[in-house]
Amino acid sequence: MKNAEQIASRVIELVGDRAEAEAVATVGTAALTRFANSFIHQNVAEDTAGVRVRVAVDRKVAALTGNRVDDEALTRLVDDVIEAAKLQPVDEDWPGIAPPAAVPTVDHADASTRDATPAQRAETVKAFIDAGDGLSAAGFCDTDFESVAFANTLGQRASGQVTRATIDGIHQTGESAGSAHQTSVRFADLDGTAAGELAADRARRGMKAFDLKPGEYEVVLAPECVATMAIFMGFYGFNAKAYQEGGSFVEIGASQFDPRIAITDDPMSPDALGLAFDAEGTPKRTLDLVRAGVTKALVHDRRTALKEGTESTGHAFADASVGPITAGLVIGSGADGVQDMIASVDRGLYVATFNYCRILDPKSQVVTGLTRNGTFMIENGRITGGVTNMRFTQSFVQALGPGRVLGVGDDLRYADSEFGAGVVRAPSLHLAGWNFTGGAEG
Amino acid sequence: MFDYASAAVEAALAAGASYSDARYVEGRDEFIQVMNGGIETLNRSEAAGVGVRALVGSSWGFFATADTDPASLREAGRKAVDIARASAAAPGVPMPLADVPVVEADWETPVEESPLEVSLTDKVDMLLRVSTTMQGVDGVRLARASLGAWDTHKWFVSSPGSKIHQHIVETGGGFDATAIGEHETQRRSFPQSFGQFETGGFETVRRWDYEGNAGRIAEEAVALLGAADCPEGEKTLILEASQLALQIHESVGHAIELDRILGWEAAFAGTSHLELAKLGKHRYGSEVMNITADATLPGALGTFGYDDEGTPAQRVPIVDHGLWVGVLSGRDSASIAGLPPGGMVRGDGYNRLPMVRMTNVGLLPGASSLEEMIAATSDGVLMSTNRSWSIDDKRLNFQFGCEIGWEIKDGELGRMIKNPTYTGITPKFWAQLDMLGGESEWVHWGTPNCGKGQPMQVAHTGHSASPGRFAEVRVGVRG
Repeated sequence: MKNAEQIASRVIELVGDRAEAEAVATVGTAALTRFANSFIHQNVAEDTAGVRVRVAVDRKVAALTGNRVDDEALTRLVDDVIEAAKLQPVDEDWPGIAPPAAVPTVDHADASTRDATPAQRAETVKAFIDAGDGLSAAGFCDTDFESVAFANTLGQRASGQVTRATIDGIHQTGESAGSAHQTSVRFADLDGTAAGELAADRARRGMKAFDLKPGEYEVVLAPECVATMAIFMGFYGFNAKAYQEGGSFVEIGASQFDPRIAITDDPMSPDALGLAFDAEGTPKRTLDLVRAGVTKALVHDRRTALKEGTESTGHAFADASVGPITAGLVIGSGADGVQDMIASVDRGLYVATFNYCRILDPKSQVVTGLTRNGTFMIENGRITGGVTNMRFTQSFVQALGPGRVLGVGDDLRYADSEFGAGVVRAPSLHLAGWNFTGGAEG
Repeated sequence: MFDYASAAVEAALAAGASYSDARYVEGRDEFIQVMNGGIETLNRSEAAGVGVRALVGSSWGFFATADTDPASLREAGRKAVDIARASAAAPGVPMPLADVPVVEADWETPVEESPLEVSLTDKVDMLLRVSTTMQGVDGVRLARASLGAWDTHKWFVSSPGSKIHQHIVETGGGFDATAIGEHETQRRSFPQSFGQFETGGFETVRRWDYEGNAGRIAEEAVALLGAADCPEGEKTLILEASQLALQIHESVGHAIELDRILGWEAAFAGTSHLELAKLGKHRYGSEVMNITADATLPGALGTFGYDDEGTPAQRVPIVDHGLWVGVLSGRDSASIAGLPPGGMVRGDGYNRLPMVRMTNVGLLPGASSLEEMIAATSDGVLMSTNRSWSIDDKRLNFQFGCEIGWEIKDGELGRMIKNPTYTGITPKFWAQLDMLGGESEWVHWGTPNCGKGQPMQVAHTGHSASPGRFAEVRVGVRG
């Protein structure tokens, strides 16, 4: 059985009237071409298939995941998960499975991505490498395709296809490195040469870097940095479970951000990556999380929505213990050109990417991390040289607070972060201050 | 089951691979989590399939499939070769492989009580009792407890003729209490952050006495809200053993991975501050520092019989009285470096390309004790249980946060402190290690969530450690 809709429907059929049940089936391919020292050293692909079943027997809940989708395996999977559920205590907060609801039609899949060959990925990699003109390149080019189907015992059905393609890499001079990243639904959109040229330019500009004394500096942050900030705010803040548990920074209705900041979760955009429904089969909604600096909303799954007396926003995650997760974060773009933002800085830093960011306290959103692959000194409105990587310890929410945002870039795009490609669209930001707590020597 | 792997390997050889190996893997796992006296998650999963690796020129090609039909397995072998061949668009020098013995073997984790056969009711009831005990402490907002287990069979076949079956069982869990103030959260965990995992059965969980520690942990979480902030400045730092284990993982374990040293992970995980030319000459730390990578340690999380290239598990010296003497390697990286293969290559499931991973990278015990360290400290801080960790791409500049700390004044433990953090530079920090706990305080800590590689792979690694003392460390870093 290789069709996701057939797999999901068969699971629900096998459950019959023994339990409330929902099934999510996935069939697809994933391929990744990896390079280092300017040659391809690892080149992988896989056919993927899997099904996740969650059942509730008299409000006793269990879930089981498997990658065998033949009828015999599905029958055993269903029997096992029902037996496991019967052994559980009653889940007092069980919200029930999703009722039937229409799922919007979105087209987030592309044939050029689905059908991309190893040779095509290798050519994109070669273009990235060649653009460095002798620098040492490393990175990856990947293409993913998934066909996903949802079914439950109340009759809800949903299905969709998604693709994602990425070229991401660095060029290294021996003393410095620069990075570049492109992600799209469409493999044909990737431009290995352009990405390679940007990475090489950043690497060369970063040569002869010097150590800068730690302290607070005005910054211009590239979209990769802003995407990382958005992920932390989404996971720990706009997640209604975190909010209900008391660990979120979110105060609905409060002016927690600068008026220039707008944050939406927009899984329905034509440029979005992902499905039109969540792990519970609920149609996704576009949400204004922050509008003109005012915090407006949280993302909900059925459990958090029940507690709040509201409806799910369609952001359920497969692992319910994590809570609802933002599905298509967008930090709203502005009208400021990156060069204009740099030109308005007397003394500050331009940062290309953050690295190894970890939360110190979710409620205050204090995060420590480092700069990487492009940290530059700005003096009198121009970049004057590379700076060695610096450590920061900074509240992300405070950094975006009222009066702290001096510019919002016009360069909105999918930006990478250490948490994966194709998760956030973000522009560059010009911020009044960023707290660097250590340099290369500590 | 060897037949599944053999079919893929034979097809890869026929298609032109200079070398091929394959693993058929059957894995089952279970994760249970309760929160505030109610069950939050019961997830079980099962996965099985074949991953075949083919070497053509300078590149590995890898293809994975769950379809064990003979035709599909042969097709998987051919695809692995086609993928490797496409790499010729950006070629390097041919990838050599260090020799390993051809073996036929069977190995399994010693288990007293299979974790997946302990009744669900018993496991859930135990977690509920722990959660309820923590909830009984005034001020505790979140009382979470969890258990997890992995039960994995692997059948490995290589083109030179090795056939190895392994059955590896990993079990663990833990709990944490969170108290929430107006502008902060404070958490305490047991036995360590993310739980403590080991190879073995459910007996490993029973040894930790969750229920006997739940009340104390909850009380500490609440007390932290009223504790003073960690002082700022340079202090003598004593690390409790599980925090020292993570320090080893991040600032030694990743830095000694030969694939990182060779630049193969440069774009994502990063490189290393170590240069191969300085192996045997570079001073990593003080005389007290002795580190081994030992995949043979009974019960430790990174223990196995053979790695995923069929190389036997080994005990490899890494740091000898402060001198850097060893690396973590696989057959390809070791051959390039001119070193013997270390048997440290593992893949995350059947569908990931095996790569260099830590085994049990641990600090051998010293001659002191936590009590002696405190008594010998005039102005210091004791920090326990990791809360945050961050380190740069060369594994040099790090900052760690712990859940709890205590001031030390004139040889005595003083008041509790919150938000303890410390920062440093790897070789400087390890040079300041001056006291180390002995064998009675030595624990095989497990890290079940080590991320590396693209596509991302999660490895389970071990880090033996006892408490350690470091002179003149910058503590109390704030945002």
